[in-house]
Formats: sequence, structure tokens, C-alpha cells
Amino acid sequence: MAGSSNDEKDLKVIIFQLKDEEYAIEVDFIQSIERMQPVTRIPGVEAYINGVMNLRVVITPVIDLRKRFGIESKEFDEATRILVLNKEGNELSFIVDGANDVMDIPASKIEPTPEVVGGAAEEYLRGVVKLENRLFTLLHLDKILQKQVDKADA
Amino acid sequence: MSQSQYLEVFIDESQEHLQAINDNLLQLEKEPGDLSIVGEIFRSAHTLKGMGATMGYEDLAHLTHNMENVLDLIRNDQLEVTSHVMDVVFEAVDDLEEIIVDISNGGDGKQDVNEVVKHLETLQGLEPAPSEEQAAKAEAVQPANTINENYDEYEWTVLAQSQEQGYQAYQIQISLDEKTMLKAARVYMVFEVLEQIGDVIKSTPSADELEEEKFDFTFVVTLLTTTEADEIKQRILKVSEISSVYIEIVNIDQYKENTTKEKNQGKEKAKSPAKKQEKPKKKESSPGKKGTELNKTIRVNIDRLDVLMNLFEELVIDRGRLEQISSELNNTELNETVERMSRISGDLQEIILNMRMMPVDQVFNRFPRMVRSLSKELGKKVNLEIIGAETELDRTIIDEIGDPLVHLIRNSIDHGIEHPDVRKSSGKPEEGTVELRAYHSGNHVFIEIKDDGAGINKEKVINKALENGVVTEEDLEKMTDQQMYGLLFASGFSTAEEVTDVSGRGVGLDVVRSTFESLGGVVTVDSELGKGSLFSIQLPLTLSIIDVMLVEVAEEKYAVPLTAIVETAIVNKEEVYSAHNQKVIDFRGKVVPLVFLHEIFQVPAEETDNEFYSLVIINKGEKVAGLVVDSLIGQHDIVLKSLGNYLSNVFAISGATILGDGQVALIVDTNALIK
Repeated sequence: MAGSSNDEKDLKVIIFQLKDEEYAIEVDFIQSIERMQPVTRIPGVEAYINGVMNLRVVITPVIDLRKRFGIESKEFDEATRILVLNKEGNELSFIVDGANDVMDIPASKIEPTPEVVGGAAEEYLRGVVKLENRLFTLLHLDKILQKQVDKADA
Repeated sequence: MSQSQYLEVFIDESQEHLQAINDNLLQLEKEPGDLSIVGEIFRSAHTLKGMGATMGYEDLAHLTHNMENVLDLIRNDQLEVTSHVMDVVFEAVDDLEEIIVDISNGGDGKQDVNEVVKHLETLQGLEPAPSEEQAAKAEAVQPANTINENYDEYEWTVLAQSQEQGYQAYQIQISLDEKTMLKAARVYMVFEVLEQIGDVIKSTPSADELEEEKFDFTFVVTLLTTTEADEIKQRILKVSEISSVYIEIVNIDQYKENTTKEKNQGKEKAKSPAKKQEKPKKKESSPGKKGTELNKTIRVNIDRLDVLMNLFEELVIDRGRLEQISSELNNTELNETVERMSRISGDLQEIILNMRMMPVDQVFNRFPRMVRSLSKELGKKVNLEIIGAETELDRTIIDEIGDPLVHLIRNSIDHGIEHPDVRKSSGKPEEGTVELRAYHSGNHVFIEIKDDGAGINKEKVINKALENGVVTEEDLEKMTDQQMYGLLFASGFSTAEEVTDVSGRGVGLDVVRSTFESLGGVVTVDSELGKGSLFSIQLPLTLSIIDVMLVEVAEEKYAVPLTAIVETAIVNKEEVYSAHNQKVIDFRGKVVPLVFLHEIFQVPAEETDNEFYSLVIINKGEKVAGLVVDSLIGQHDIVLKSLGNYLSNVFAISGATILGDGQVALIVDTNALIK
């Protein structure tokens, strides 16, 4: 979808932290970055859905990205952030360990995900980017969001 | 650009006129002799034509113009109202509808109307010799009539009075040359001439419209004068670019005859002119236009109402917060102020909700037309009865129920009502009846679709359900008849043996049900083989702000809609019995099953050793259950918010709300908890 046409262009991304790795999401999708706040649990949904929060009078689903990617959980702390995404009016948010940076990534620097990264999450990854001595994993947001909608419809 | 601001008004009004035309046409079909209906249709069509021409939608204007001609023939008894004529006119209305839809979707309203126009023209050419009697009548009443000016009673009075004073009334039809460049200027000159010799009391189109050149090339004026017809004609023809002038004497005697026929009216006319003036008012108040003029209304864009509603929702949330703060601080003055504010905002809430209420007529009014064409298509005879169209519902709900209702009505006609010969042989009247009824009951609105058709074949439903794996044999044993009919709504289910043109398109009944359920509604179906079926839909009055009972389960708060609550109760654990591994209580002589919310919602909590259970007794139709919670917090007005697209199908949760302290509380879908 959007991914293929964007391949040619440079990307502006937000870099965030999960465990000891750095990930990147295109800045276009990000509506805001929030500090951790109370989340209401939703019964009977997938474990990685933390619940919903009141984001300025809009009910927004919150997803724990650590759980989503099968990384062991950790206590929320001062650095914990909630990335609020908005795609075509649908809001969704990710809990991450910290939001670090905003940067430009030349499209040419995106490389296919190495096989060994693998795991259940592989299909949501768009590729890896090596810039100087940092390595970012670029998320394929369309696919992550799509999966959510599919699940909700099922 | 300047047009865009009128476009919305144009679309709204066109839709109203089209609806009026549709309604009246259906009425006319039932009472072909009632020419006053034709007049109504004519009026709507005429306005539509004028509006279309003004906005530059030529196809629209062209088509309505031809339709008008046909209506005119009907009005003058020169064309009989046959099924064929109605079909052609309906066809024209269909095209008009398409044009309007196209325009409202941002299109240019261009459409190939040639075929329909041809049909309409054929009708005009046909003039299938009306019965001699009728022809003679038409002839006697209006000899060689080409002008059809309508006067209201007030105008007739003026005409009659002026005749008594020796004036003669003429209808003058003036046609401009088709090449005329400045039509308004010609009109102005004609009026100049006429006013030298008499008084113009009426013109069609109106003087304003003439000034704005809102007419083709012909207009009609009514002139009171002492000048002879011939001289008038000569004078008008002196204005350049006039192609023809046709003059006719207004037959006032005819009017007098008509009025004296109506018993009392004649006396009133002579005695009190004051009463006379009341009369047309009364008479005219029923057709939409004048009615709306009388009770003062404004059209508000629905988006603005939505903004108002959203702002109000935020206010309600803050109100909750204020109430909480004031009860914590316990300051008398603050308490009083907050109380007052709560009361006022409560009133305000009612007003806003009322503003959003609309009669279901908005949805129902499209059905007669649909039923007519559908029954033609299927070769069935169907009479649609609509009851309670004035019942009001929140606009958000009205917007949603149209399509599923269409589906249910189609379903009734397609699968329910039998073909006329089948009906005859089973001793039923050939014409089937579909009854569409809406009514209020408590905090709900019910919509029912009832037909006297073949009913639902239970065996077929069961076989199909087993075949598709929707149920097992075991399940079936426990099911009531109603529940079995309910299988029709299971997804991927269709009992139609052949996919007809009607049932093959669009969605299945499962989509119908889920649409209603997403609105907080409940759909049930009942049927008797050979006698007919009844689909019943229960809907909440409004979606946005609801009354709930807030309850606590361990650390979590849930909201239970008050509409589902019978009452609350506290029972001792000793009063709880176990029946086949199901906890039940004896509640007022009835065995009521208990639903433990902390189990259903897997609330993380330690076992508490409380001697009592707090219960919220809920119902769904006849069935009752008791929700076990830890404590009852109290009754609150809350703003219902959806969980969004990502969390659309959470079991037993119908939405969420934001409490006064900013916390999110989930709203329990009690319907899902009662099987």
C-alpha cells in the first residue's frame, strides 16, 4: 500500500526505545507523545491491549508494544511514553520505553529485515536502517494497524 | 462560487418536493379521480422546475417541464390516470431523484433524460380520447382552454368584487420571441402597457421571478380592465419581440357556482368577508409549505448541532467532576451553585436532545415507493400500511436504521408475501399486507414489520442451520421457537432457495442484526407458518447521553444502562442456591440466575469474604438476571463513547464513558449477558 510508493522518498521518523533496541515510526502517523497515564483495562481482549485511556475526551486504545513484540514486560517509569497514532481518523496508541529522537532517513538506507530478527513480529517490520553507528528497526505501521482492524472485525 | 451557498438549500428543498411528489403520486394512484392531488403534484413539480432552472440544471428543468405537461393533461381531464401513465411519471421521478442525488454528491446534475422525456411526450401526444362525457365537460367548462391560471379564494373575491364594479378580468398569455435577449426588459414594457389600461392582479411566474428572468418565454398575467380584449392585444403586440398574445375572459360565474354548492360557505361569503379570509388559510395549512411558514422554524445544519452536542458532552463530563469536587469540599455555597448548574444543564440537555429528535417518517417515507416498485417487479400485490410515522428518535439512530429496515421490508415482500394466485388458493386476499409500525414504550422505540405472508418454515431454518454448522442438534433441543427463528440472523445464513434479484443484492440478515445491535437495539422475530411473520426491533431513544448505574467490581468501575435495570438489591449469600452448577436466587418468587461480573470480566482481585452480594437486576425482554458486583456507586448521566474501530467487538461491553475524575469506565452491554 502506502509502503511501496513511499520507498522512493526520504522518511522523517520518530525514534523510540524498546528494551535495548531502537525503533522508528514515520512522523506522519504520530499525533502526540504523552507521558504515562491511567489506563482502563478492557476484559476479554488480547493480552497486549492494555486498555483505553482518556486522551482529551477521546477514548483511545492503548497497546503495550513490548507485549506486542513478545519482549518481557517492565515497570513503567519516568521515561515511559505513549505514542498516539492517528491513521484516517482512527486513534491508537503504543506504550514504549522512551521516545528519543526525530530524524530523517534516506530511503536508500532502508535494508530488508535480516532473517534472524524473525519472530512473530517480522511481518510488521519494514526494514532496518543503519545510520553511522546506530541501528533502527522501521515499523510497518500500515500492517500493524491493519491487523488490528482485521482482528476487531473477526 | 456564489451558487454554493444556495446549493444546500436547493438540495434540501428539492428532496422535500420530490418526496411530496412521490407521496402524492401514490395517493393519486389510489384515488385517480381526485384532481386536487394532481394540483399538489403540479405545484411541487413547478417549484422544482423553477429551482432547477435557476440553479442551471437544465436536464432537471427540462424533465420537470415535460412532467408538468403530462400532469396538466391529467388535470384537464384530457388524460386518464392509468397504471401506464403512473409508471411513466414514476420513471420520471426516479430520474429526477438520480439527478438530485448526483448534485448532492457534487455532480453537475447532467443526465440523459431523453428516454423518459420521450415517454412523457408520447403520453402528451396520445391523448387517449377521454370518454365523451368527460370531453364534453372539459369543453363546456373551459372552452379551448390553453391558460390554466389558479386563483386562491382571496383572489377570486377580488375578481368577483371588481366585476361588480364593472371591470372585466382577462387572463393574458404572452409569449416572447425565442431570440429575445433581454427578457426582463420586455416583461417590464408589457407591464407598463398593461398598467396604463388596468390593474395586473396576478402573474405567473410572480413579478419577482419575471424580473429575474426565471421563466421560459411565456408568462400569464391576470388583468382587471374596462378595455376590450382586442385592444389589449394590439397594445401588447406593439412591444417588440412579442411572438404571440392570447387573451381569455376569467369565468367568475363558474367560481360562484362552485362556491354556492358548498353549503354554508356561500352565506359566509356574502355576510362576512373577514371569515372568508380565514378560509384559505385553513385550507392551505395542510400542504407542507404554508404549514412551515406558520410555525416558525429555521433550518440548522446538522453539523452545527453535532458540534453543539460534542461541546455539551464535555460540559456533562465537567459537571460530573464539579459535583464530585463539591461533595468532597462540602462547602454550602459551592454545593448550591453546583446543584443549580446541574439542574440547568439537565434542562439544557433535554432541549439539545429534543432538537436532535426527528420523526421516523424521515426514514419511512421512502418505503411506499420502494414497495410499489418491488411488488411490480416480483408480480405480487402488496399493501404497505404505515403506523406511527410521527414517532421520534434521535437523529444518529434515524441515520442508521434506513438500510436495515429496507432489507427487512424487502425480505417480507420477497420471502413473506406469496404470489396472488398462491394467496387466493390458500384462501387469503390476493393483496398481501405489510405493516410498518413505530411506537414509544418506556425509554425505547419499537419498530415492527409485520406481514400476512407465508411465515417462516421452521424445518427449513433448522436444516439450513445444521447444514451451515450454526447450531448443533443438542442446542436445538433447548431452543424455543423464537430462538430458532432467530437463527435467520446468524451470519452466512440464507433460506432463499434461489437468489432473486431482490434478495441477492446487498447484505444478509446478520448485518441487519449487527447494525441494530450496534445502536443498542434488540431484534426479535416471530412467525406462524401460513399466517405471516413479525420482525420487532427495540431501539433506545437516544445514543449520546444515557442514564447509568455506576458499579464497582474490585478496583474497576462499570456503568450499567438504567434502561436495562429492573432494580438493585442486596442479598445474603445464604439465599443463593445452586441449580445445575448455576447460582440462582429466588427474587420475588422468580428464579433468577446470577452473573458474576468479576468472573465474566476477569477482574483481578483477591477473594473477599463479604456476607452479602450487591445485585443489579437486569432484564432483556422477559428474561431477568442478577449482576453480582462489589458495590453500587450510584446513578449518573454519562456520555456514551465508542471504543473505536480497533476494539469494536468486545464481549459484553457496548462502549465507554469518561467519568468526572477523568477515568474511563466501561459500559456493560447487558443484552450480551442474558442468553
